[in-house]
Amino acid sequence: MNPATLDYNLSNALRASVARELRISTRQLSELFNPLLFFLVVVVFIPLGISSDPALLTKLAPGMIWVIALLATLLSLEGLFKGDFEDGSLEQMVISPLPLVWLVLIKVFSHWLVTGIPLTLLAPVLGLMLFLPTDAYWILMLSLFLGTASLSLVGSIGAALTVSLRRGGLVLSLIVMPLYVPILIFGADTVNSAAHGLSYAFSLAVLGVFLLFALLAAPFAAAGALKISVNT
Amino acid sequence: MNWQWLHRFGSPKWFYEKTGLWVVALGLCSITLLVVGAVWGLGFAPEDAKQGNSYRIIYIHVPAAVISMAGYYIMAIAGGVGLIWRTKLSFIVMRAAAPIGAWLTFAALFTGAVWGKPTWGTWWVWDARITSMLILLFLYLGVIALQQAFQHQDSADKTSAILALVGMVNVPIIYKSVEWWTTLHQPASIKFTQKSTIDPSMLYPLMIMFVAFYAFYFWCLLRSARAEILRREQKTAWVGEILMKGSR
Amino acid sequence: MTLLKLSQFSCLRDGEPLFEPMDYTLSQGDLVQVVGPNGAGKTTFLRSLCGLYSEFEGSIFWKGAPLNPSDFEFLQHLFYLGHQTGVKKTLTARENVDWYFGLQDGASPQSSEELLARVGLSGYEDVPCQQLSAGQMRRVALARLFGSQRQLWVLDEPFTAIDVLGVAQLEGLIQRHCETGGSVLLTTHQAITLPGVKSWKLRPCIREEM
Repeated sequence: MNPATLDYNLSNALRASVARELRISTRQLSELFNPLLFFLVVVVFIPLGISSDPALLTKLAPGMIWVIALLATLLSLEGLFKGDFEDGSLEQMVISPLPLVWLVLIKVFSHWLVTGIPLTLLAPVLGLMLFLPTDAYWILMLSLFLGTASLSLVGSIGAALTVSLRRGGLVLSLIVMPLYVPILIFGADTVNSAAHGLSYAFSLAVLGVFLLFALLAAPFAAAGALKISVNT
Repeated sequence: MNWQWLHRFGSPKWFYEKTGLWVVALGLCSITLLVVGAVWGLGFAPEDAKQGNSYRIIYIHVPAAVISMAGYYIMAIAGGVGLIWRTKLSFIVMRAAAPIGAWLTFAALFTGAVWGKPTWGTWWVWDARITSMLILLFLYLGVIALQQAFQHQDSADKTSAILALVGMVNVPIIYKSVEWWTTLHQPASIKFTQKSTIDPSMLYPLMIMFVAFYAFYFWCLLRSARAEILRREQKTAWVGEILMKGSR
Repeated sequence: MTLLKLSQFSCLRDGEPLFEPMDYTLSQGDLVQVVGPNGAGKTTFLRSLCGLYSEFEGSIFWKGAPLNPSDFEFLQHLFYLGHQTGVKKTLTARENVDWYFGLQDGASPQSSEELLARVGLSGYEDVPCQQLSAGQMRRVALARLFGSQRQLWVLDEPFTAIDVLGVAQLEGLIQRHCETGGSVLLTTHQAITLPGVKSWKLRPCIREEM
């Protein structure tokens, strides 16, 4: 046999991983549409359950859209590592020379690409249905753009911790939701301020800082959790 | 560096044998202080000028709230030590700390509500500190839920330790955001975050209660850690001996 | 050269040893079958060597130094095939093989056609794996083995779900690997006909019922 070569090409490994994740996400389009549909259906429930009064809905819109986006993300999180855990790909990732943190980042990024981004793009439609002032649409989208990325990152820790549980979905929601509090507060406030014509710069900046922080810390926690989760 | 001492200290057997007397001492200490503090605070401290007698619940509420917060850090740090140095004992302490902390958080919330009714005329207010307390309770319950969800002790210990550490990093962020959030939504009619000076005659029993609660907390922690040690080591010879002695 | 050395090694489950502590050495060119009754911990044992199971006592040495399972150098010499092979159903056979070599070897997408042809999957390169049979899925995983340059192969039940011809071919591959300086650790329920097979016995600990 040939002596094993140590010239491991990191960029090839990253490219192969990104290509795989994107292929898998785009081939399971139901996973793309289900959270979106959930988002839409719950928004329909609000006027049905509370009131169709435009003034009241205008008031509720920023918070409601944010709460529902959060729940939709939460629903999609269980599948983040589950498939790879069940078919053994996760083991191969853990024992690959490519550091697991990179793989977590790639997986979270492709998760965000098929949940966070579509939610962000759909948000103006929901804003329209809930009579959100049109001035706030761009800010709504911008806040969701930053916020859903944080949701995916923080959520990946919970998904990694519960991936080996047979019915981990509920536990996953329980452990992740308290961690979402800051994102919800500043996300909803950004939109609220924009809707009232107030300054939203501070809240938006906090969302950005939180994202940066999550980007630096969450993948390490998730990678550590995955290493424990494959211990079966 | 030599970490041998840490592993010796981390040995459940060593810990169990050394802490037998501590339990008794802490128990006596906490009960005495609790009785003294409660009698002084509830019976002898002067009545508050504005709130009357209802303020006296702070003698339970404030220590419970502070220690439930500290307890989360104790739990998370124990978990972190376990993850890094793989000491069995730290996970045992962590496991014991979670329910105690959750109960103290609940006690703080409950006494807060009981205090709120006569003071503000409502059981619940979306105040920064109360809301943060509630989220802290959720954080505790999340750790407990994760501990319960795993069949294997090792997975349960390590995953919940990671969660507790992530929670620990998040706690200040959550507190700050909730605090900031209430500045936006707080109705102006209710104000209770203002700094007020407290008379020494009210302060001394409060300080006693603080010490008493800390002693009580560590007493409970030690007792349930010792019980957890026996549960986990039940198949070993030394626990067998203890059980034999007890049943004789 | 000695690759792996185990000393007083035993896997634990909830603090209890699964099998009696053992001392074994794996050298270059060795073909070892791990044997033991069901539940003795064969799979757990193989996983612990790969760093996929961390509850054990005793020590493992890799080329003379204590094994660190997240060590870059070690991971570049390890090939592991588990019960779950890591073949993704939504991807095609080619995509699966290319991903594997990209991730494990940092290789650029190469002609996986040749490897797939060697495991008898010519013409199936671009078929999504969910349309393949269980045996064919296994073969996609085995195609990696045909292209593997790694020194230590850890194979958990590699002969599962493949036909007689496939077994013979795989045995040939394993033998060639050992002859050229590689080492193989495997478990199987089938009788293997290769010469020079050593066996490592896992003796389950007798559990006292309480």
